[in-house]
Amino acid sequence: MLKYLLEKEFKQFFRSSSLPRMVIIMPFMAVLIFPLVANFEIKNINLAVVDNDKSTYSQQLIQKVSSSGYFRISDVSDSYPQALRSVELNKSDIILEIPPHFERDMAKEKSATVLIAANSVSGTKGGLGSSYLAGIIGDFSNNIRSEWITASDRFSSGRFEISPQFWYNPRLLYTYFMVPALMVMVLAMLCGFLPALNIVGEKANGTIEQMNVTPVNKFIFILSKLLPYWIIGFVVLTICFIVARIFYGLVPEGSLATIYLFAALFVLAFSGFGLVISNYANTLQQAMFMMFFFVLTFILMSGLYTPIANMPQWAQYLSNFSPLKYIIIVLRQVYLKGSSFSELLLPFAVLSGFAVFFNGWAVLSYRKSS
Amino acid sequence: MKTALWNSPTDRYMNVITVENLTKKFGSFTAVDNISFEVGKGEIFGFLGANGAGKTTAMRMLCGLLKPTSGKGIVAGYDIRSESENVKASIGYMSQKFALYEDLKVWENIRLYAGIYGVPEKDIAPKTDELLKELGFEGEKETLVKSLPLGWRQKLAFSVSIFHEPKVVFLDEPTGGVDPVTRRQFWEMIYKASDKGITVFVTTHYMDEAEYCNRVSIMVDGRIDALDSPANLKKEFNATSMDEVFRKLARKSKNNEL
Amino acid sequence: MRQFLVFVQKEFYHIFRDRWTTLILLVLPIVMIILFGFGITTEIRNTKFAVYDPSRDIATQGIVNKLETSEYFSLDRYVTSPNEIEPLFRDGEIGFVVVLGENFYENLLHTGNAKIQLIADGTDPNTASTLTSYATILLSSYQQELTGTAGGTIPYQIKTEVRLLYNPSLKSAYNIVPGIMGMILMLICALMTSVSIAREKELGTMELLLVSPMKPILIILSKLVPYFTISIINYITILLLSVFVLKVPIAGSLVLLSALSLLFIFVSLSIGILISSLVEKQIVALLISGMILMMPAVFLSGLMFPIESMPVVLQWISHILPVKWFIIAVRNVMIKGLGFSSIIREVLILTGMAAVIITLSLKKFKYRLE
Repeated sequence: MLKYLLEKEFKQFFRSSSLPRMVIIMPFMAVLIFPLVANFEIKNINLAVVDNDKSTYSQQLIQKVSSSGYFRISDVSDSYPQALRSVELNKSDIILEIPPHFERDMAKEKSATVLIAANSVSGTKGGLGSSYLAGIIGDFSNNIRSEWITASDRFSSGRFEISPQFWYNPRLLYTYFMVPALMVMVLAMLCGFLPALNIVGEKANGTIEQMNVTPVNKFIFILSKLLPYWIIGFVVLTICFIVARIFYGLVPEGSLATIYLFAALFVLAFSGFGLVISNYANTLQQAMFMMFFFVLTFILMSGLYTPIANMPQWAQYLSNFSPLKYIIIVLRQVYLKGSSFSELLLPFAVLSGFAVFFNGWAVLSYRKSS
Repeated sequence: MKTALWNSPTDRYMNVITVENLTKKFGSFTAVDNISFEVGKGEIFGFLGANGAGKTTAMRMLCGLLKPTSGKGIVAGYDIRSESENVKASIGYMSQKFALYEDLKVWENIRLYAGIYGVPEKDIAPKTDELLKELGFEGEKETLVKSLPLGWRQKLAFSVSIFHEPKVVFLDEPTGGVDPVTRRQFWEMIYKASDKGITVFVTTHYMDEAEYCNRVSIMVDGRIDALDSPANLKKEFNATSMDEVFRKLARKSKNNEL
Repeated sequence: MRQFLVFVQKEFYHIFRDRWTTLILLVLPIVMIILFGFGITTEIRNTKFAVYDPSRDIATQGIVNKLETSEYFSLDRYVTSPNEIEPLFRDGEIGFVVVLGENFYENLLHTGNAKIQLIADGTDPNTASTLTSYATILLSSYQQELTGTAGGTIPYQIKTEVRLLYNPSLKSAYNIVPGIMGMILMLICALMTSVSIAREKELGTMELLLVSPMKPILIILSKLVPYFTISIINYITILLLSVFVLKVPIAGSLVLLSALSLLFIFVSLSIGILISSLVEKQIVALLISGMILMMPAVFLSGLMFPIESMPVVLQWISHILPVKWFIIAVRNVMIKGLGFSSIIREVLILTGMAAVIITLSLKKFKYRLE
């Protein structure tokens, strides 16, 4: 019986105009295009420069800032208000104002103050941008110091050196952070969203009623809906691995078997979630809205973009209820840190719990006859 | 006409459907109110009633789609309450909503339902060809159902619902929206099925179709108010047509829609 | 006019009969504001760190104390050997580890060879670089305190005065509120309108309406009224929530902001009509609105990710999205508190878009009728 139902599902799948195309495009979208868009990396910051000194030092400083790679000089103004205007028009993000007598003060007073004013509507950009700029200025003053102080004087007591080091992702590539998590999103779409929409579609067409009067067992019917998407989901996941490998050289540090194992568990849980939705929705519009609502909540609470640790306490509690949180943690851990299964027992337990919960709920809420 | 044969279905062994005091309540609303009747093998049983009279609810209970609130029903030898899965295996069903998959081809739909009802794999293909030939659809084997005209689809849906040779086939307003010529052909198909020994349980709005049935029951407000052959009913209600019988009965309804 | 009101009433019935949709329409903005406002936060707060300190002297105590007393970091534990660092990162609990050199104070005073290593978990590159730059700033100020007590300030130092414009506390919500406003209004107006008109087409009731004595334009208008009303309610909800829950004040003129939003609602409604005049099926309307409008609106509008970091092609694509211009204008008015003169360009672009879209859809609509 299952054989005939599966035959039907596959025929319908490949006959539809959009689904097969979507399945092929999806991994490329998620792994290639999306990381380009979903990029919190701060670069090409537009800088408005107000140079009130026009001295060698001020020129050198501007030169150093513009060659740093982070900044692009977008505006050279005569006064601060004029520079501010360019920030208001969104032409510039940060203003660097060098005071009059900058060079003279440095030489005589051995100290000078420059002003950094950052558009901080976007906190990340304002905060990181101004600290990058402050860092470059700090370097510049070190250079000047070494010009003025002779080698013997250079050692001053009470100084220490700070060197940052980044583990697991030493080049701080944003794609390495996003890609493993995006693979999860593809799985969630294919194995949670699509089968649910498919079932609601049969409800709306009345064909499900026809199925209900046949001897088809309800579990077999649902299995026939899920299996094709599970198979397709894993094919797509594999394509994602290959695409990430070819284009980013991103290879999991840990074992692929662990990833497949967790992916299977997650797919089981998320399909259950999709089924719950399909049991409550009677029209495609309702199903889409419910999905949109819950999936958005799951995503925002999953730490996909920003760390959960930064959220307020109540949101951190809430995030424990997002199945996406656990699978994203697992994929990042395995991909970047090379964690093994024994280190991931907690997420395994929680995801198993989700799988039991959603599928149990789906079975309880599904009624072939009432 | 065969009508005379079925005036008194006394032979209980031949009964394919037996219903005793069947009731279905939704909250305080009684959709089906204590109905009892019997349908014999090969009989064409018409199930009439105004919209909301409880026809569809009664039919859904007989198909195992709804659990009765009280009362008893045996379909094809199985209890509709406790053996609904067995009931489903021995019946065919065609609903008023068109229920074939539009994005599957004609032969694919037949193969799907044949497979679900457990027709052996090797029999499916030859039987499909035979069926298409009978219907005169040989040229449409590879056509997607969505591009077939409505009348053709209905005929195909009916053929699919009896492909596995069920004991009973339930037809829920099968000829809605179909032109008179096709309706005529449809009824010829129903007679053919009945000749093969398949019991036909059909709901309809068309009173001329009621005349084609061996026996007819008329539901009003969840109760069966009349049950007999069309000829006897007309006699009893002193009417010239089934239409008149129906009007006379419907006038008694609490929620008079006509 | 009476007829028109009857039609409008019918549309309201459609919406409110469907409990799920109503609920989602009214609750969605609230949930989105709260989730986005608190969920997407780049603010660093109480990030845990560990310390490897083989010297345990006055200076290292001071350094740890300096980090711990800041609002950004909290000390999780001391590790006794460098081997313990790796498991900590794998658990994912720790943001960074401070590794202090041996004989730190000795070296600090005499050899000038005192070293601090900041090892951060680079999995999330942005968080990693923000953490290290915050820590570096804290450590530098500690150094200044040290040298201050050890004998005078460092010579030839350029001091920086940092001004964080518009959003001094770097709250993410400032960036997010305008984006959500754009997203919600777009969702309600464009998506819902197109789907509801497509539904009437699909059910065949559109023809019924068109043969009624009402003018077609009035039929369309009557479909718009409910969604217009709902979007106004949502607009007010969003403003109230952002002011009282997220504490994002309205810096500019409320009248200007409201006028701007009306303009955008108008644009979105006309997009909804255009889509519905192109499609016959609900599901197609849903997919077009969802995939072509919502996805780019979320990702290319600068709502979450800075547009400047994206590839140029995508930046170009973002120009044709009305929501992008709306978000820029809302930021200028609501967050930066600027006047009309600062949003002339955006207003002109939006008006132009509205004119083009309306003309197109009216043409399309008339064509269909003939």
